[in-house]
Amino acid sequence: MSLDFSPIFERWPMLVDGALVTMKLAASATILGFSIGTLCAIGRNSKIEWLSNLCACYVEAVRNTPFLVQVFLVFFGLSSLGLTLSAIAVSIIALTINVGAYTGEIMRAGINSVHAGQWEAAECLGLSKAQIYWHVVLRPAVERVYPSLTSQFILLMLASSITSQISVPDLTGNANFIQGASFRPMETYLTIGGIYLLLAVIMRFVFWLIALVAFPRRRRLGTAL
Amino acid sequence: MTPTFGLIHIQFLLQGAVLTIGLSLCAFIGGGLMGLVIALCRVSANPVLRGVSSFYIQTIQGVPLLVIMFAGYFGLPAMGFSISPLVAAMLSMTIWVGAYLGEFWRGSIQAVPKAQWEAAECLALSRLQRMYHVIIPQAVRNATPGTVGFMVQIVKNTSLASAVGFVELTRAGQLINNSTFQPFITFSVVALVYFALCYPLSAISHRLETRLARGMRTV
Repeated sequence: MSLDFSPIFERWPMLVDGALVTMKLAASATILGFSIGTLCAIGRNSKIEWLSNLCACYVEAVRNTPFLVQVFLVFFGLSSLGLTLSAIAVSIIALTINVGAYTGEIMRAGINSVHAGQWEAAECLGLSKAQIYWHVVLRPAVERVYPSLTSQFILLMLASSITSQISVPDLTGNANFIQGASFRPMETYLTIGGIYLLLAVIMRFVFWLIALVAFPRRRRLGTAL
Repeated sequence: MTPTFGLIHIQFLLQGAVLTIGLSLCAFIGGGLMGLVIALCRVSANPVLRGVSSFYIQTIQGVPLLVIMFAGYFGLPAMGFSISPLVAAMLSMTIWVGAYLGEFWRGSIQAVPKAQWEAAECLALSRLQRMYHVIIPQAVRNATPGTVGFMVQIVKNTSLASAVGFVELTRAGQLINNSTFQPFITFSVVALVYFALCYPLSAISHRLETRLARGMRTV
């Protein structure tokens, strides 16, 4: 009943590789998911009824089913359509679909929180709908929901561990291999638990840096980010 | 000669769904008790309790549930405790739910206006009396919509128990897929069952939320 971490640390290259795959998954899905989520939020606010309904259905379908089942559906669904993609590509698609729905809800809250006067002023200046979103609404909307977005993307990074179930060699996938080879499961999972914590801290820091650049107005006012 | 997806498989999936509901309930009750303790520790006057509970929340919220589950299922037996998939799943879900509900309920407790705390103090209520007669009843009202919403997360995350071999809904789907080789229809049905379990909870949570917001406005 004693803990011995040396067989785990001997295999540190595997841990590093796994952590890199996890970060790659998280980074790609964050960027793609944010784009899809924003489009979904705009679609849901649109006056075209079928588009708005479609976005609502997408959000509800994703938010009420487990990510593991979504991964299986994308994995097997694509292969039954004749598309054989790598497990990592499938994971990025599934993660994007998943986080896109959550981001869509968060962004909708952000967009709706922009004052109606801003919309009216922009309309009076003769801006088109797309211009209003791009130049007037999106930045304050993101700024307002930025903390929620940060938490959501960190949850996404943690959820990427589930992709180990379709044999992606991410941190958890490699840990499963290491624990099988070293017969030290507790130490292995404690170690990668620590690495996940570290990755979460790093992500929080990166998002804080992005906010520092993206929302300078707030920084000048001297309020906390 | 592979069987095709049929009624008998749907029956098997529904049996899995019953276990999913059971595991969710256990996780909610266990995690709820854990969360209550954690939330009370987080707002306690004792700095040690505050520190320990805060550390617990920070740690668990930074680690994937799947890793907690593997640590329980593979790790504990290696340390000399024999453990079944069900116990491993329940234990790790309890730890995980406790951290999230604890932090959420702490917020609900602290969201009770300061004047209420002060008024209770002026009435010479003891610490415990203040908590149970004044603060908690109001905190419960704040917390209900979010807690119901979190139950959706619990139901969805019980799917990870399939990874440690507990035959709930997702695992049942995997087993059927192994014999029928019809993954798309199998997992579509699995997803539908999850949707049927989760959507009502989401809808109730949303309704409670709008009602709470309305109540707040008129106050």
